[in-house]
Amino acid sequence: MSPWLAWLTEPLSYPFMARGLGAALTVGIVCPVLGTYVVLRGMAFFGDALAHIILPGVVIAYLLGLPLVSGALVVGILAALGVGAISRRTDIKEDAAIGVVFAGAFALGIALLSAQRSYAVDLAHILFGNLLGVSGADLLLTIGLGAAVLATVFAFYKEFLVLSFDPVLAVTLRLPVGFLQNLLLILIAVVIVVSIQSVGVALVLAMLITPAAAAYLLTRRLPSMMATAAAIGAGSAVVGLYGSYYLDIASGPAIVLAETAVFVVVFAFRGRVARR
Amino acid sequence: MNPGTETQTLPVPHSTIRPADHDRKAPSLQVEGLTVRFNGTEALKDVSFALPAGQRLAVVGPNGAGKTTLFKVLAGILRQASGEVRIFGHPPGGDTCIAYVPQRSQLDLSFPVTAAEVVMMGRIREIGMLRWPRREDWEVALQALERVGLAEAGPRQIGELSGGQQQRVFLAQALAQEAELILLDEPFTGLDYPSLDSLLRILDELLKAGVTEIVSTHDLNLASEHFAQVLLLNRRFIAFGPPQQVLTQANLVAAYGGHVHRLPEGEGVLIVTDTCCEGDETAA
Repeated sequence: MSPWLAWLTEPLSYPFMARGLGAALTVGIVCPVLGTYVVLRGMAFFGDALAHIILPGVVIAYLLGLPLVSGALVVGILAALGVGAISRRTDIKEDAAIGVVFAGAFALGIALLSAQRSYAVDLAHILFGNLLGVSGADLLLTIGLGAAVLATVFAFYKEFLVLSFDPVLAVTLRLPVGFLQNLLLILIAVVIVVSIQSVGVALVLAMLITPAAAAYLLTRRLPSMMATAAAIGAGSAVVGLYGSYYLDIASGPAIVLAETAVFVVVFAFRGRVARR
Repeated sequence: MNPGTETQTLPVPHSTIRPADHDRKAPSLQVEGLTVRFNGTEALKDVSFALPAGQRLAVVGPNGAGKTTLFKVLAGILRQASGEVRIFGHPPGGDTCIAYVPQRSQLDLSFPVTAAEVVMMGRIREIGMLRWPRREDWEVALQALERVGLAEAGPRQIGELSGGQQQRVFLAQALAQEAELILLDEPFTGLDYPSLDSLLRILDELLKAGVTEIVSTHDLNLASEHFAQVLLLNRRFIAFGPPQQVLTQANLVAAYGGHVHRLPEGEGVLIVTDTCCEGDETAA
């Protein structure tokens, strides 16, 4: 076996590394595809808030011994719809309203977790991910939910396109705007939940927006933006995981750093010329 | 249309997607005592007018006069506080026969979509949920682009086109939607003369094909030269009718208040200084 091939295959001889790579690749592809809408619709703050709001759900599921994904999914979907409702009907400015809910929910999650003896380790895993702790069942769930999200994005492609580009047209065409908006929020909640195990609450935002933002600078059509973002996300997942193995650094941050590096390079070469 | 550009059959008034209550013989638009409120203050008061199908109406008035508000009510995006609106006999929001082309500044034109995709958006209701556009749908979209003289622009990103071309792409979208009533919010703003001219020629053609057009504009000259009917607003109804009856000194003073000045030496020429910063506009 050539030394290069050995270099590549060695980490995968550990089953936890192979499962981690599977999860990282799934998240690395699904997040950026959905993140395309997050970037185009200017929802980055919303995405970050949602990731933090989900924390108490994760913690409660953990304390009750339920699968983390189930608790997070329920809270995540409720939070997505709740925040959507707050931002639609309130006298407070939308970002302030979201900020209040987001900080409060995050504090609740940390408070619940701090009552546990394994507080420090758990907190680190929830905040920054625990890719190498992905079980076989986790991996299957990740792939299943990821595939469901991609299928939904594909099925409602043209509706989401109109909703993002020209919401007024969506109304005049009498599309079910409320349903579509909530569906998009639910999809964002699902990918955040799915990504928490890989990169953690604090870094999920990067998975959603960094590859999509880099792809935005490189492409002029939505399908190519999605494909480019997914390629950047998948490539960064692989690079990050190997970097984590050979440099002995945490895997979630390593993946996010790889994505950030891609963005910086793209920005340096493309950002200097006016995009259009 | 440019000479040499082949004229395609217009898909407009032959839609198969209209509901039963869509009465093509009814006035395309009938507005009775329309009042719209935002947070308790009246944005529009007591607006009444009727527009027969296939006519062109200019909506004029100072900034903040409620032109966009009126359009949003007609398009079914805003709800009125009182009064009645009938579009081909049915209330707003009941049909896709209305196309609303918002001001360009309302849209993110750096969005990664091509001109052809923007036009296709007008058809997605007809294509139906969970379906992708078929070849016929793309053909309709490309024909619509051809109708507005932009046959070559299909693959270009919307933001790469000039302001006038973008405006024509949105008209093509309205065609692809098979709209019978098109609302254009400030389409002429920021256009140079050739762009304005080609936009007007396309509007002339659509009018001949039976499309009703409602256009808001700041340009009173344009309104009096190119429109059969004018609606003058300033947060309330001021006048409606042919331009020479509506754009009178008394009405303009009522609409623009202190911003109307009669030139001492000018033979009945009024200078209207709008509250926006686009410069002076004159009306004879």
